[in-house]
Amino acid sequence: MSAAARRGVLPGFGLSTGFTVLYLCLVVLVPLSAVALRSSSLGWQEAWKVVASPRALASYRLSFGASLLAAAANVVFGGLVAWVLARYRFPGRAFVDALVDLPFALPTAVSGIALTAVYGPTGFIGRHLEAAGVRVAFSPLGVTLALTFIGLPFVIRTLQPVLEDLDPEVEEAAAVLGASRWETFRHVLLPALVPAATTGFALAFARGLGEYGSIVFISGNMPMRTEIAPLLVMTRLEQFDYAGAAALATVLLLASFVLLLTINRLQAWTRTRAGAA
Amino acid sequence: MDADARGGGVTSPALAVPAPDREAPPRPAPPGPAAVPAPPRRRPRRATEDPALVRWALVAIALLFVGAFVLVPAATVVAEALRGGVALWWKALVDPDALAAVKLTLLVAAIAVPLNALFGLAAAWSVTRFRYAGKSVLVSLVDLPFGVSPVVSGMATVLLFGAHGWLGPWLLAHGVKVVFAVPGIVLATVFVTFPFVARELIPFMEAQGVEEEEAALVLGASGWQILTRVTLPNVKWSLLYGVILCNARAMGEFGAVSVVSGHIRGLTNTVPLQVEILYGEYAFQAAFAVASLLFLLALVTLVAKKGLEWHHRPRPSALRSAP
Repeated sequence: MSAAARRGVLPGFGLSTGFTVLYLCLVVLVPLSAVALRSSSLGWQEAWKVVASPRALASYRLSFGASLLAAAANVVFGGLVAWVLARYRFPGRAFVDALVDLPFALPTAVSGIALTAVYGPTGFIGRHLEAAGVRVAFSPLGVTLALTFIGLPFVIRTLQPVLEDLDPEVEEAAAVLGASRWETFRHVLLPALVPAATTGFALAFARGLGEYGSIVFISGNMPMRTEIAPLLVMTRLEQFDYAGAAALATVLLLASFVLLLTINRLQAWTRTRAGAA
Repeated sequence: MDADARGGGVTSPALAVPAPDREAPPRPAPPGPAAVPAPPRRRPRRATEDPALVRWALVAIALLFVGAFVLVPAATVVAEALRGGVALWWKALVDPDALAAVKLTLLVAAIAVPLNALFGLAAAWSVTRFRYAGKSVLVSLVDLPFGVSPVVSGMATVLLFGAHGWLGPWLLAHGVKVVFAVPGIVLATVFVTFPFVARELIPFMEAQGVEEEEAALVLGASGWQILTRVTLPNVKWSLLYGVILCNARAMGEFGAVSVVSGHIRGLTNTVPLQVEILYGEYAFQAAFAVASLLFLLALVTLVAKKGLEWHHRPRPSALRSAP
C-alpha cells in the first residue's frame, strides 16, 4: 500500500492539514512563544527577582489557594447538584439544569459586577453576611466566591453524564447483597465517580488560575492581599514593564501546561473507567 | 450513540424514580372527618431508591446553592439595569459610546467567528479523515488557548504587534496600528475563541466515520462536492453548536481584549469594556443596562444550545462537552 493510501483516500489532506498547522502557528504558537522569549530577555537573575518577589508570591498564593478552595467547594456542592439533577425529578429541575450553564455563557465582566452587587457590603446577600461579621467583597473570600461561580459548570457537566450512565444493575446487586443506601453510595458509586470528579476539579482549577474578568471587580485588587496573579501581569503591562510581565506570564503558562497535560491524562483515565464499567 | 439519557437518565423500569405526583396515588376519600388519619399507605421504598428525606434535603441544598451562586446574581443584573425604569435603561443603551461599543463587538465577532469556524472545519477534516504521525499532538495543541489566562493571551498580541514588540517597529513604519486599535482586538479575540468550533467538530466527525464521504468519492464526486453535499449537511448542527459557543465568547471576552484595547471611548471599547468603564465611574445603572445586553446574549446562547442538544445533536461524548 502506498503512503498516501495508508493515510486515507479522501482528497484535501495537504490543504486541510497545511491550513490547520499554519493557522495554529500564526494564531497560537507564535504569540505564546513571544511571551516566553520576551521573559528570557531579562536574564535568569532579573527574571527570578520578578517572579519570586514578595508581591508575586502573594499573588500566586491567592490565585492557587482560592482556585483550589473554589474547585473543592465545587466538587462537593457541584457534585451534589449533579447528583440531584441526574437522579431526582423535582419541580424546576429543567430550569436548574439550564441555570448551571449560565456562568459559562455569561461574559466574565457581567459576572464580576453582578457578584459584587450581590455580595458587596450593601448587596442583597452581602449585607446579611456583613451583619454576621463576614466580609466577602474586597477580601480573599470574594475571590474564592467568584471562582466558585466560574468553575461550577465544569464540575457539574463532567459529573452529570457519568452519573446518568452508571449501570443501575450495579446498585441493584449491592442492594440484593444487603448493602444500605449509604454503603452502596460509599463503596459502589463513589469509587466510580472519582475519575470524573478529579477531572472536573482539575478543569475548574485550571480555569480559576487564569480567571480575570469576574474577579477584578469583587477582589478590590489590593497588592499583597487580594491581588491575583493575572492582575499583577496586567499591572506590569500598564507600567510598560513588558519583560517583567512576560516573566510572570511564563510562570502562569507553565502552570497551565502542566494542568493541561494532567487533565488529558485524567480524561483518558475517566474514559477507560467508563468503558470498563 | 445513546441520545436518550440527557433528559432522562432513567434507564431501568425497576429503578424508575417516581415523579413527585405519582408518589401518592389517588385513594378513596377517608371514611369520615373524625377518623384518626391512617398512616398513609405509601408504596414501599425500592432498595435502590434514596429515602425521601435524603432526597428532599439534597434537592433543597442544591437549589440553595444554585440560587445563591447563579440565580441571584443573574436576577440582579436585570433588576439593577431596570432600577431607574425602562426609559433610563433605554437611554443608557442609545448613548453614542454604548452604541459604538455594540458596533465594535459585532464587527469583532463577525471577523473572529468565521475565521475560527473555517479553521475548525479544516482541522476536523484533517484530523478525522486521515492518519498521520503527530496527529494527537495537533489535537492537544488545539485546546491550548483554553488553558491560557486571557490576560496572557492579550499580552501575547501586545508582545508581537505592540510598539515594543517583534513586528511593532515595522508596522509603525508602514502606518499600521494593531495594538490599542481594532486589529489587535480582533487578533486577541481570535486567539481566545480559537478552539471552540474545532473541539466540537473533531469528536463529532470522528464518531461519524468516513464511509459516506468514501462512497461519494467512489461515485465520482470531487473534493468540493464531497464537502458541500456530504460533509457539511452531516455536520451542520454540530458546526452551528460550535459557532454559537464561539460567538458567545467572542462577544463577551473581557481579559484579553482589555489588554490590547487601550480603552479609547467610542473607538476601541467593546461592550464588556464599556461595562467596566461605566462601573468604574460609579455609573452603576448605565453599567448594568449595558451589561443586560450581554446577559441577553448569554440567554440566547443558552436557549440555542439547549435547543440544539434537544433536537439535533447526539449527546456529545461526556468529557469533550465540558465547557
